[in-house]
Amino acid sequence: MAEATDVQLDVNAVSKRFGGVRAVENVSIAVKRGAIASIIGPNGAGKTSLLNMISGFYKPDSGSIRFEGHDITRARPSDIAALGIARTFQNIALFSGMTVLDNIMLGRHVRMKAGVLSSIAYWGLAQKEEVAHRARAEELIDFLGLQDLRRQQTASLAYGLRKRVELARALALDPKVLLLDEPMGGMNQEEKEDMARYILDVNEQWGTTVILIEHDMAVVMDISDRVTVLDRGRKIAEGTPSEVQRNPEVMRAYLGGDADAPGEAA
Amino acid sequence: MTVSSTLPQLLRRNAETMSRRPAMREKDLGIWQPYSWQRYWEEVRAFALGLAAHGFKRGDKLSVIGENRPRLYFAQLAAQSLGGIAVPVYQDAIASELAYVLDHAETSVVVAEDQEQVDKILSLHERLPHLKLVVYDDPRGLSHYSQPFLKSFVAVQEDGQGFGAANPGYVEEAVAAGTPDELALFSYTSGTTSRPKGVMLSHANLLLPAEAFAAAEAIGPREEHLAYLPMAWIGTSLVSIALHILVGFTCNFPEKPETVERDLRELGPTIGLAPPRFWENSLTAVMVRAADASFVKRKIFDYFRGVAERVQQHVGERRPVPLGLRLMRALGEILVYGPIRDQLGWRRARVVYTGGAPLGAEVFRFFRAFGVNLKQVYGATELSGLCSVQHDAEVDPDTVGRILAGMEVQIGEGGEVLVRSPGIFQGYYKQDEATREALTADGWLRTGDAGFIDKRGQLVIIDRARDVGKLADGTSFAPQFIENKLKFSPYIGEAVVFGAARPFVAVIVAIDPTTVGKWAERQRLAYTSFQDLCGRAEVRELIGEEIRRCNAALPQPTQIRRFVVLNKEFDADDDEITRTRKIRRRFVADKYAAVIDAMYGGASEVELATEITYEDGRKATLHSRLAISDIDAPAARLKASAAATAEPAAAG
Repeated sequence: MAEATDVQLDVNAVSKRFGGVRAVENVSIAVKRGAIASIIGPNGAGKTSLLNMISGFYKPDSGSIRFEGHDITRARPSDIAALGIARTFQNIALFSGMTVLDNIMLGRHVRMKAGVLSSIAYWGLAQKEEVAHRARAEELIDFLGLQDLRRQQTASLAYGLRKRVELARALALDPKVLLLDEPMGGMNQEEKEDMARYILDVNEQWGTTVILIEHDMAVVMDISDRVTVLDRGRKIAEGTPSEVQRNPEVMRAYLGGDADAPGEAA
Repeated sequence: MTVSSTLPQLLRRNAETMSRRPAMREKDLGIWQPYSWQRYWEEVRAFALGLAAHGFKRGDKLSVIGENRPRLYFAQLAAQSLGGIAVPVYQDAIASELAYVLDHAETSVVVAEDQEQVDKILSLHERLPHLKLVVYDDPRGLSHYSQPFLKSFVAVQEDGQGFGAANPGYVEEAVAAGTPDELALFSYTSGTTSRPKGVMLSHANLLLPAEAFAAAEAIGPREEHLAYLPMAWIGTSLVSIALHILVGFTCNFPEKPETVERDLRELGPTIGLAPPRFWENSLTAVMVRAADASFVKRKIFDYFRGVAERVQQHVGERRPVPLGLRLMRALGEILVYGPIRDQLGWRRARVVYTGGAPLGAEVFRFFRAFGVNLKQVYGATELSGLCSVQHDAEVDPDTVGRILAGMEVQIGEGGEVLVRSPGIFQGYYKQDEATREALTADGWLRTGDAGFIDKRGQLVIIDRARDVGKLADGTSFAPQFIENKLKFSPYIGEAVVFGAARPFVAVIVAIDPTTVGKWAERQRLAYTSFQDLCGRAEVRELIGEEIRRCNAALPQPTQIRRFVVLNKEFDADDDEITRTRKIRRRFVADKYAAVIDAMYGGASEVELATEITYEDGRKATLHSRLAISDIDAPAARLKASAAATAEPAAAG
């Protein structure tokens, strides 16, 4: 793992309600630079809502989020992306009619400087920039082993591969922090192992901080530095994987109540 | 001219005489990146210095493991520059196989492609007392590995800089001191019967057959070749090292195994060599696409396929092709043959070869009919690869052509093909007994293949000598010949034929999962898994129909009467097939003895416990029930006898 020293992303006591439902309540997480931090919890625990607040899709009702000294609590998603926080989605968000390469190039859009006017005024500069971005896209294609698929439409790809393309699209931003929402959902064991390997490689190669939501406990415990457990919008535990695994609160949340409680209906 | 140099000496020559010409091209980051001959030599020299700095000496062995990558070639040439021996190993070998070869060869340096291969080597480290240095090409994922004996390719080259400064001209002198009789390569045979054996080959062994082949086939420095077959295969060492450096053409490396099809098409190689398995798969891919095409396209394809086959028949029988047929052929060239050759990547191919095992006549004819100049070559690892090739005017599916200049062939006892050639190996490493068995007293190699020399003086190979069998009534039959006919069916992936000392011929079939899967889709046949698919009565009927078609071209006594559809594919990890995709007949016969007995015992079903091996070497047992099917007794088929006469080798 890359060295984990200073706090890069500081989520401080954020809460979010939807009508009467408390999706996230008073949750704080401090993620260190270069760490792989996982957020786990049962369905409806508020994991995705938390991720949505970090990436700016939701605004917290209270609390604050700071990223490398910037207050991003109320920042727009595009500004947060430009600061270096990229994400993937639980339900894959790719342009299905476009090729793998085009989807990745699109991910670099935020990094492109030449606008319409300057492109017209000085074509050479825009072209040079395009070449540089293409080179970076090819590096990512190589990194994620997508060489045989670069000209394929993403719609025609198997689910596991689309997830990988989505990761490439997020990496195209050259993010400092990568938010992954269930990157292994719906995958078979082999695909999960591949994805885990890619996440570790990204973290190692570029020192990218990773915040991961994942249901597969074996994977989470295997690759995370820190694990935060949410239940019904609240943080119930936090620590290293082994600390969290021993935590009685966590066991209760996962087993659906303690021994004395009546069994749940479904 | 006969070469009297070593591979590194020729590499140095190339670096001087054609320094700027591309020796290699590697597709990296989507672009074909060239390496000039000058660069090839410089990289080899720098790595050789690094090896020397780490104590690599004359006679030491260096193994490479991975896909075709320039650095793995640099490493082999660097070892040879210092008088060492290259020992390429199969990248998909499981741990125990790999440990056996590396330990047996006493490899002191392993150059691995990437983390996956490094992990494999590290897991074996304790079992490899001779191993001193592990070098990796791709550093990805390896930056936190702390083993002191693990280094990157670049780091080893850097280690050599100091050594080079202290010993000026070290590599140049070592190269100059090399002689053609020195060992250059250990090629471990895949071994259809036993443990792999290390075939020791000298520089002269590799270069002389390459030279004879280049002369016979006019292979020149303008050729383009794509190297994508396992580096441990002797064919790869022959073409991508010996022939490549001797002639000085350009050797290209694909991006990764999955892109080979596309890279072939982009590049348009002018020459190619591949084992039968490759051509069979390639044909299957064409058939699958044809079956998926629209109705009109499918009809056009079928029609022109018929035209091409009729033309081939005329050519094969040396009759003039009628004008009408010639016109249709020309039209077919525009509509079908040209585009298909383009799709397969052989549009610019001057000549391509199949070798390593017999290729079914039907597959062979298909490619020739479509205008691919496919020719058969014959050879053995013990002959440094090649000893015969078909001449352009004499190509037909039954022969393997004429013996190359400077070599001799004769037929020994029991019809065994014996060859004498400058390519004959220096023996099996540390296996003198086996070496003595492989050679006759006067230095001919026993190939182990049964064959004869036909009226025109061409060599014909029937089968592995020990595999040619006789049915209980004394009719002889060649299992491989029948199997190759079966494999022409796109639905049959592998087939193993039995019948020695039995009343009739029976077969175990492993279906091709892709084509049968697609077929099932088209039939709206629901299935849950590959095993489930294999067990379907509909699939058995499909395979039965394919076998009937194959039977039609076989003499009546050797027709297949019963068959079983296996519920798995044959797998090299289960020892059923070699890494070069040759069936290990005896092993299969032992493993599936229960199935074979049941087929001959008249049962309609058999209980089978199969042991399967996972990629990491773990084993598990699979219990299943296989249905045995009958092929209805052959009714009088008029077509059958007509088709059978076209196969003179069939009756053996």
